[in-house]
Amino acid sequence: MNTLESAGSPTPLASRIARIQRIQDFLFHRVTQFFSLSVLFALLGIIISLFINAWPALKEFGPQFFITPSWDIVNDDFGGLIAIYGTLVSSLIALLIAVPLSFGIAFFLTEICPPPLRRPFGTAVELLAAVPSIIYGMFGLFVFAPIFGDYIEPALQATLGKIPLLGILFSGPPNGIGMLCAGLILALMILPFIASVMRDVFEIVPPVLKESAYGIGCTTWEVVKNVVLPYTKAGVIGGVMLGLGRALGETMAVTFVIGNAQRISASLFAPGSSIASTLANQFGEAEAGLHYSSLFALGLALFFITFVVLACAKWMLISMEKKQGVKS
Amino acid sequence: MSSNINFDMAIFARRKRANKIGLTLSMAAMAIGMICLLWILSILFYKGFSAINFNMFTASTPAPGTEGGGLANAIVGSLLLVGSCTFISTPVGVLAGLYLSEYGDRSKVASLTRFVTDIMLSAPSIVIGLFVYALYVAKVQHFSGWAGTIALALIAIPVVVRTTENMLRLVPGSLREAAYALGTPKWKVAFMITLRAAQSGIMTGILLALARVSGETAPLLFTALSNQFFSTDMNKPMANLPVVIFQFAMSPYDNWVSLAWGGSLLITFAVLGLNILARVVFREKVQG
Repeated sequence: MNTLESAGSPTPLASRIARIQRIQDFLFHRVTQFFSLSVLFALLGIIISLFINAWPALKEFGPQFFITPSWDIVNDDFGGLIAIYGTLVSSLIALLIAVPLSFGIAFFLTEICPPPLRRPFGTAVELLAAVPSIIYGMFGLFVFAPIFGDYIEPALQATLGKIPLLGILFSGPPNGIGMLCAGLILALMILPFIASVMRDVFEIVPPVLKESAYGIGCTTWEVVKNVVLPYTKAGVIGGVMLGLGRALGETMAVTFVIGNAQRISASLFAPGSSIASTLANQFGEAEAGLHYSSLFALGLALFFITFVVLACAKWMLISMEKKQGVKS
Repeated sequence: MSSNINFDMAIFARRKRANKIGLTLSMAAMAIGMICLLWILSILFYKGFSAINFNMFTASTPAPGTEGGGLANAIVGSLLLVGSCTFISTPVGVLAGLYLSEYGDRSKVASLTRFVTDIMLSAPSIVIGLFVYALYVAKVQHFSGWAGTIALALIAIPVVVRTTENMLRLVPGSLREAAYALGTPKWKVAFMITLRAAQSGIMTGILLALARVSGETAPLLFTALSNQFFSTDMNKPMANLPVVIFQFAMSPYDNWVSLAWGGSLLITFAVLGLNILARVVFREKVQG
């Protein structure tokens, strides 16, 4: 930057301009740095403020808060297990359904689909991701749940429900809304996220690898199974974790269809509640005190779980990008 | 695999069958995805269009048990919230993105910021709502439009930061070097050259952020809440489409539920429209 000085004796005007420009550059650097740090501060602020507000409940109930299945507003006895269980189970159901489907979609988009149709189909999948979650909630509550309760749940009961041990998951009255329904709607929501990450990582497999596999006579399925999947393993897992992170924190769609009952049932047909749905339903009415601070403790648990899952996802995807070198 | 001439037909048949099953299942998965999208959209059109009428845009949300009513206050409220959120998140996001792309190559803090931004992109929005409640609403003792704006901005900023950074990185280094060679100071290069070259990409990012926040409900529940009456006062609770949809959909009144469908259709139109617009803006740039 000191080219002016090294070029001999600078005129006073030139060195003044150089000084002004250095100050401006310094300001530019610091100002932009400040704004980029604001994201870090926001994260820190979230963690600290959740913790401060959750503290009364954590002090009262201790770490057992997170493993106690009680939610008694009248007697001020709170534990987070019901909501944590609901969050994990509904997200797990969602993953079980969404992962194979997204793999199918990514497989279709990268290997089977005729090239002119790739863009419209890809856009359609991305639009599915853009539909706001409250729309999924409306759809789930008014359209999907009635059909689900009238036809699909009785059918599940008549088939899978007959299997010993497994049958208990499908016992109880088929109401439509409940844990399984919430899982299905969640699956529909995270499907496009996982599918588009998978498609993106499938696309970075070097064509040479695939062509050599085809060259020795592999079928399309074998190429995907033995070349594409092993090559993109980290990226695929990252995509799945990203979807899981979304599912864990999803609020509106789940609140509509999970049934909002504060209990843990063995049956997947029974209503339950997730952390996010408990917050959405109760936070507005909670009075300052243990109820209020227990809700913050739930929020803290949710933030912690999603943070860990998303951090793992990010880490996986970064290692994938490094392998690739440059990825647009 | 043997190089034998009379290779095993059974293995060959099995491999072909496995391939066929894989391809069929994959096509079935795609079909399921497309059917769901069409199903949701068609239900939305069917239920939403019957609810949309002139009244919806002129009347405010009805009181419990009364007939008619519209969504005018919610529509205006949503526009105000999303508009002011864009006003805040655009400069913050673009400047932060500038830092990450222009200075963030070697710095540890920058890569940490990048990592955190990516996590904030998918952080549960309801927790953002809790945060703003604790930080702002609990302090001023009332729900307000500003609180909603802050919550939405916290969600929008990471989207803008990441797209801005990615788009600035696409600007060829030679362009920057050419400007430096003329003695242009760094800040001028950033604002006059790099930012301009990446203009439409950054527009795309802002539009995507807009699309993302216009459908957000959870963070508004504890911040802007809702308001039964028409209000443009950002210091008061403010009606907005997502929360009104949530409250009305759960209600026992038929006209409320129908208004909720109408509102859902409006939001979906807005969000999908913004998404498509963002794509068009971006594609024009890439091709042009």
